[in-house]
Amino acid sequence: MHELGVVFSIIKTVEEVAASNDVKEVASVKLNLGEVSTVIPEYLTDCWNWAVKRTEIMKEAKLDIEIIPAVTYCEDCGTEYGTVEHGKICPKCGSSHTYLLRGNEFTIQEIEVC
Amino acid sequence: MNDYRIIEVKESILADNDRDAEELRRELKAQNTFLLNLMSSPGAGKTTTLVRTISMLKDEFNIGIMEADIDSDVDAKTITDTGARAIQLHTGGMCHLDADMTRQGLREFGTEDLDLVVLENVGNLVCPAEFDTGAVRNAMILSVPEGDDKPLKYPLMFQIADVVLINKCDVLPVFDDFSKEDVVERIRMRNPNCDIIFISAKTGEGFDEWTDWLRKEIKAFQEA
Repeated sequence: MHELGVVFSIIKTVEEVAASNDVKEVASVKLNLGEVSTVIPEYLTDCWNWAVKRTEIMKEAKLDIEIIPAVTYCEDCGTEYGTVEHGKICPKCGSSHTYLLRGNEFTIQEIEVC
Repeated sequence: MNDYRIIEVKESILADNDRDAEELRRELKAQNTFLLNLMSSPGAGKTTTLVRTISMLKDEFNIGIMEADIDSDVDAKTITDTGARAIQLHTGGMCHLDADMTRQGLREFGTEDLDLVVLENVGNLVCPAEFDTGAVRNAMILSVPEGDDKPLKYPLMFQIADVVLINKCDVLPVFDDFSKEDVVERIRMRNPNCDIIFISAKTGEGFDEWTDWLRKEIKAFQEA
């Protein structure tokens, strides 16, 4: 829902990294995006393609998104299970004492520059 | 031929906003202004709750209200009628406020002489929860007609709230499928520590407890 704001935030960070590394052009930006990070990759890419054209150094920059599957851990029986399929309740023992192990990542991993 | 190289960043996309938010909290502490971020879905009663809250606290605190909306200034007009200072921020289509937008609003507003500023965030249970505004405390309003299942559907909003106000309790006799016990249990699943207060902005039910909560938090902030 807030993909455009997120895109502006990514562009700001990348521009800062580029400035401190004396970069003239950014070729691509690689993101890690958790499956339950509330950001829709397709919308993010649409916003990206629009927003980068307004920048100086990343007009042609591609967005490379790697999706991290969401996994939840059950504190009562130690099971690790898929968050998207089963949610907060452990499918093995029915406990709600669970927490997200991974899957809400939202990280700029690296940028490819020339 | 272009020569490519890779620069590792490994930075959370929200890291920049989190830094801005921490900085804003330091600035607010320096001038002793308590900033409350008030969130809810559209129509849960943020503005009506504020109007009654202002009328109960305006003799004790200098209060300012920042209204964030995609467009229009109807809320700021309503607030100004109470005698409190208000400013309307337009997010220009954005679904939430981030720390930098909040700071710009506060600067424009001029908050040095204010003890309490309430940021009325964009009506939305999803995006405002993702972005730290730099507020000292987060409050959210869930109104009875929205249903007691909302903590299940919008977990993050309930996770980050310091206080949940359950509003429109005057209509509980009509919305008799809304269970107070269930809603408390569902909020507790997400957030064992937040305070939960049942209120009605229309009748004033629960407002002694709610304004006491605010007094206590403001006092703790100013003495910290």
